[in-house]
Amino acid sequence: MTNFFLLMQQELLLTVIIFILLFLKLGAGDIDSKKLMTLVNVLLAVNLAAGFFFKQSGSLFGDMFYTDNLLRLEKNILNLGVLIISLQSANWLSKHQHAVEFYLLMLSTLLGMYFMISSHNILMFYVGLELASIPLAAMANFDLDKKRSSEAAMKYIMSSAFASGLLLFGISIMYGVTGTLSYEGLKEMASDSPLFIFSFILLIAGFGFKISAVPFHLWTADVYEGSPIAVTSYMSVISKGSMIFVMASVLFHVFDKIFFTWYNIMAVLSVLSMIIGNLFALRQQNLKRFLAFSSISQVGFILIGISSGNMQGATSVIYFVLIYIFSNLAAFGVLSLVSTEKGKETIDDFKGFYKTNPALTWILAIALFSLAGIPPTAGFFGKFFLILAGASKNNYVLITIAALNMVISMYYYLRIIKAMFMDANDTPIEKVEISLSPKIAFVTCVAGIVVTGLASGVYDYIFSLVR
Amino acid sequence: MNLSILLLLPLAFSLILLFVKGQKQVRAVALTAAVAQLALSIVLLFQFLAERAKCNSAFLFESNYTWFKQLHINYHVGVDGISVAMILLTAFVVLAGVLVSWNQEKLYKEFFFLLVFLSMGAYGFFISLDVFTMFFFLEVAVIPKFLLIGIWGSGKKEYSAMKLALMLMAGSALVFVGLTGLYYNAKGAVSFDLVQLSMHPFSPAVQKMFFPFAFIGFGIFTALFPFHTWVPDGHSSAPTAASMFLAGISMKLGGYGCLRVAAYLMPDAAHYYSTIIIVLASIAILYGAFATMMQTDLKYINAYSSVSHTAFVILGIAMMTKTSINGAVMQMISHGLMTALFFAVIGMIYERTHTRQVAQLGGLLKVMPFISSIFVLVGLCSLGLPGMSGFVAEMTVFMGSWERAGTFYHFATIIAAASIVVTAVYILRAVGSAIMGPMKNNDYLQLTDAAWNEKTAAVLLMVGILLMGLAPFWLNDLINPGTEVIMQKIGMIK
Repeated sequence: MTNFFLLMQQELLLTVIIFILLFLKLGAGDIDSKKLMTLVNVLLAVNLAAGFFFKQSGSLFGDMFYTDNLLRLEKNILNLGVLIISLQSANWLSKHQHAVEFYLLMLSTLLGMYFMISSHNILMFYVGLELASIPLAAMANFDLDKKRSSEAAMKYIMSSAFASGLLLFGISIMYGVTGTLSYEGLKEMASDSPLFIFSFILLIAGFGFKISAVPFHLWTADVYEGSPIAVTSYMSVISKGSMIFVMASVLFHVFDKIFFTWYNIMAVLSVLSMIIGNLFALRQQNLKRFLAFSSISQVGFILIGISSGNMQGATSVIYFVLIYIFSNLAAFGVLSLVSTEKGKETIDDFKGFYKTNPALTWILAIALFSLAGIPPTAGFFGKFFLILAGASKNNYVLITIAALNMVISMYYYLRIIKAMFMDANDTPIEKVEISLSPKIAFVTCVAGIVVTGLASGVYDYIFSLVR
Repeated sequence: MNLSILLLLPLAFSLILLFVKGQKQVRAVALTAAVAQLALSIVLLFQFLAERAKCNSAFLFESNYTWFKQLHINYHVGVDGISVAMILLTAFVVLAGVLVSWNQEKLYKEFFFLLVFLSMGAYGFFISLDVFTMFFFLEVAVIPKFLLIGIWGSGKKEYSAMKLALMLMAGSALVFVGLTGLYYNAKGAVSFDLVQLSMHPFSPAVQKMFFPFAFIGFGIFTALFPFHTWVPDGHSSAPTAASMFLAGISMKLGGYGCLRVAAYLMPDAAHYYSTIIIVLASIAILYGAFATMMQTDLKYINAYSSVSHTAFVILGIAMMTKTSINGAVMQMISHGLMTALFFAVIGMIYERTHTRQVAQLGGLLKVMPFISSIFVLVGLCSLGLPGMSGFVAEMTVFMGSWERAGTFYHFATIIAAASIVVTAVYILRAVGSAIMGPMKNNDYLQLTDAAWNEKTAAVLLMVGILLMGLAPFWLNDLINPGTEVIMQKIGMIK
């Protein structure tokens, strides 16, 4: 029994937080949103700290649920991301009348992701995935008075249902071929028979939707643009990150027998994602759409790391997701502040931003440099290691394409830098006040961007956990 | 001497700059940083010479720390004569750059911060003995240049800044592919360590595959034809100090990389591709020289002549004789000093007359004798007058190139040498109509001559040029053991 509590400690704590919020909502009626946010943030921080404290590994429920230190770390990374988002969206949430519901939904999806990561059975994975995606659609609709927000929610739920359908179809065929749903069984039974490969490809398509890899990316831009920024950042960082964690562990440990099949699929998906994501990002004016497309191209780089299929690749993928959380959330944080306070979110609005908001400009600039992979920010190390891991398969065409795509992506990141620092503007965005909780979030992000790369300890730590 | 001080010093000063308020204080800190760097590099020079007399290893003051253990990435630094010379050059140019931007008013704090930060990138690059750290610092230096040109530049600055940043990033992307290739093909010694890689004999097929990536990648930094197009735009749009840094140091990162990484680690391929490189270098020398003749803007004149002059570096490396490689290194130093001074003087003229068009200037010698004399002197250096650094360096390249037997090589050498005549034409023409001749604009009569800071900067660089021109042997002695190590690898091919 103690084992049960220790192994599921992260999930249980999160459930406790969800229940506290539920009771608060039912019991207290109107709660001061400031107090509520402080409470949630403290609880999340406690959950984060507890995640580092326990070191138990093992499986539960007849091998449905499995956890070890690596999975704990992955969950902690997601928890950290959620905490940062929660801190950043303070301004937006304090104006919103349904702050409690927002947290309820967000933490439910996080719980779903935890189960997804910890699943040791493909059905369990599916249940976690649904728990992670259905509340997310409700979150996309959280700008209640905006039409675009409900449009985004509708688009998200449709494409998400479609992806789930593909996934289920794949799972059922896979069950038909192998007669098992547990990862252990699938690992044994995996073969390159055509029907198995077919079901596997359906599975990958389902994954592809969630991480918005090209050609499964079509929903991304509209949903990202329509949703409230807090939700957009949640989708692009946490939701995507959790799926990437799952992909890395499932592909590496369950389908390692058919490595060459998925190696080719990953290589093709990554080239497509990088090129198409980049080409669309070049022309965007709205910063949310822009970040949506740039995140598609980032996924392309992550897929290179996955395609390597070795420990170095697995480490680099997790390492990159951590860095990606810091850099993307810093960018979204600035955007969220400006958009909530001044209602501006296009690149033209940001012209001359440096004159009025130097601090925010530097934060956004550092975040963009990190996304573009420029040293000394962590993004440089993240991308370098991903591509280095990919190069271990001697596929230098892929590596060259990736390296040149980094140059293309430079252009559009620098375009924003140029707008902020160099372009003249008679009516720049006025000075935006940064309150305490976004400030904490920004400090965390910037510190993360600087430290995660230069200090090799983080990479070594992840490497020591990777199986 | 612990080489990491060369990194920590600029880093510390750039961090201090962030917390200093007021123009006077900021530039005082920046000047202190630059003077400290120069003092440090001179100390390094003497300690290096003393140390080298005692021991006989290829690199001195080495320190090696594990950085990313699982990936075999180390922080490995050390210097030989070539890098010491480059570090000295950097310190000279940075100090001069800080001095000429003394009256910087627009966003002065950010300006000096970026300038000092940029110098850290250059030092880091020159002391690295691990190609990963080398690559790291190569890229560290790109973004400050982008910001310096884009924010403080003139003319079509945004366009130039973007072009420069993208082309240099493309260069480093190619370098990156080349480096990963070397990393995985060094069987048994999977490593980024330059010393370890140099001991590993890569098969000719591997070399032929990855040499172009590394050489073209670094070549873009040093204006390898046809990837030189960022040079004229970038240099002419940049503010004076940034132009000085770009032409004086940044282009040398590429030359140093071509020599240290591409040619040194892959000598077979360097030999195999040398014909093509020589052709490209010869084209650049001639094309650059003729393109300069057509320019009317002083900064464009210097920028295009830089294309022509840095091609001597490429030529020297590709000829692969000991003298020619010595000449290539000397040309890097000489061109660094000369072109930095040229840009400084052009900046001084522009600040006073608000034009860089040769046709609108004239008779400046009467009103600003100091600036004009320096302009004439540096022009003479550029066209290779004996007694100045340009003559020594170019002469060494020519001698070295001629040593390589074969009609093709002799022909290329003759072409390169012939370009000096063209150089004389454009330099003398610019001097003649901008400095001498009648005063074309009577407003210029009120202009003042150089202030103390400008004089110091000019004299500093001029001393370097003359020192190298009148006493070339000390520089030769400094770099010679370094090139010998490289020649041991390249020489085995023949």
